[in-house]
Amino acid sequence: MLNSILVLMVGIFIAALGFPVATLAQNSSPGGWLSPDWEKPPITDENRKPAPRRNLAGMWHPAGGPGAGTQAGGVQLKPNNGRPENQLPYTPYGLQLYRSHKALEGIDAVLPAQDNDPRNLCELLGMPRYSHYNVRLTQIFQDEYKVVILYQYDNRWRIIWTDGRELPKVVEGGVEMGGEVREQRFFGYSVGRWIDDYTLEVQTVGTMPEDRVWLDSTGRPISDQARVTETFRRIDYDTMEWSETIDDPKVYTRPWETLKLPMRLHDPRTDVMEYYCSPVEQEKYNKLLGNAASGK
Amino acid sequence: MRKVFFGVLIVLADLLVVSVPLIAHHGAAALDTGKEITLKGTVTEWIWSNPHCFLKFDAKDDTGTVRNWTVETQNPTTMTLRGWSRTSFKFGDEVTATVEPVKNGGPIGRILHVILPNGQKLIAANATTPGSTPAAPVPAR
Repeated sequence: MLNSILVLMVGIFIAALGFPVATLAQNSSPGGWLSPDWEKPPITDENRKPAPRRNLAGMWHPAGGPGAGTQAGGVQLKPNNGRPENQLPYTPYGLQLYRSHKALEGIDAVLPAQDNDPRNLCELLGMPRYSHYNVRLTQIFQDEYKVVILYQYDNRWRIIWTDGRELPKVVEGGVEMGGEVREQRFFGYSVGRWIDDYTLEVQTVGTMPEDRVWLDSTGRPISDQARVTETFRRIDYDTMEWSETIDDPKVYTRPWETLKLPMRLHDPRTDVMEYYCSPVEQEKYNKLLGNAASGK
Repeated sequence: MRKVFFGVLIVLADLLVVSVPLIAHHGAAALDTGKEITLKGTVTEWIWSNPHCFLKFDAKDDTGTVRNWTVETQNPTTMTLRGWSRTSFKFGDEVTATVEPVKNGGPIGRILHVILPNGQKLIAANATTPGSTPAAPVPAR
């Protein structure tokens, strides 16, 4: 009798191995509102479809699944975990800035009531931090003039102009275009060009100064002198690689790579849950937990 | 034979607990990382909000004093992926919650998992560090 029960339990266990927890909310369609499919088969030689030319449009998500783009511990390629290989090439000013940032994440994390991360006031993260925090369902639309990226986190979007316009020149306190000095922007000014039929290279300048935005959730800084270079490389129909390099001579002594994120194409009808930053709910969080956890 | 059977059963049950990667929305500086306590109590409120959802429940501590605990999960988007919803709890539900408490001893922490009145287990996260030893459950009032 006990042997029979044992065999039954082993059978149930083996069956359960094929039922990951994500299945609970995977690929269902309540009333036609499609949930993300986390069980997509890997792309192989058998099922690979060719990449469309000069086309990034689609509903994308980090190929590593839910959480793969969270980057709570710092940018994907250099998490702020204290390891020597993840130390950044700070200028003296950059290091001073970093030490002034009291972050909730990373090796130098502080208690909730001690942080000064503008994110926790629901301030815009800005470019490039939106690419370094909770990258989830990311929609890309494009026309003959521009590529538009819609971030799931906080329902933000940005425009990359692909119509041949010039990248503005960074000047003190702003950018210069056509002889005119224009304002700094949270998302900067982005210009893209196709370096081949499957790779879009994007340059962004004119972002906000270092007292308004951070580079990531661990307090790494970024200044208004930064030049952010991204490449979006369409590998095949279903996959894309999103890379990024930061060149910010004010806070870093040399350019360094922050991101090389494989992305997977999802059904364009996938429902995108709101993941917003609400000052009202943030204040509730502070009252319910943040302050008490910090001994306030 | 009976000991072997139950030994295998325990191993199988442990392996059935799906390992969910900890998605750290914010830091663990306030948490007594690696410590786990299990509490039996009665739900007073379930708040479905950003940046974190909150479960509030009354539970007795070792001295028999009832404290109202406030324990957090990740954001609604993440929790939906894990099978949680804004209707996962209602006032008066008797639950068993395993939490990672804060260092300062307050009735606050991060939910690791919760067992609902119907026996269903909802997993929120793994402990911040591996190898933590769960404490004995505190009986309900």
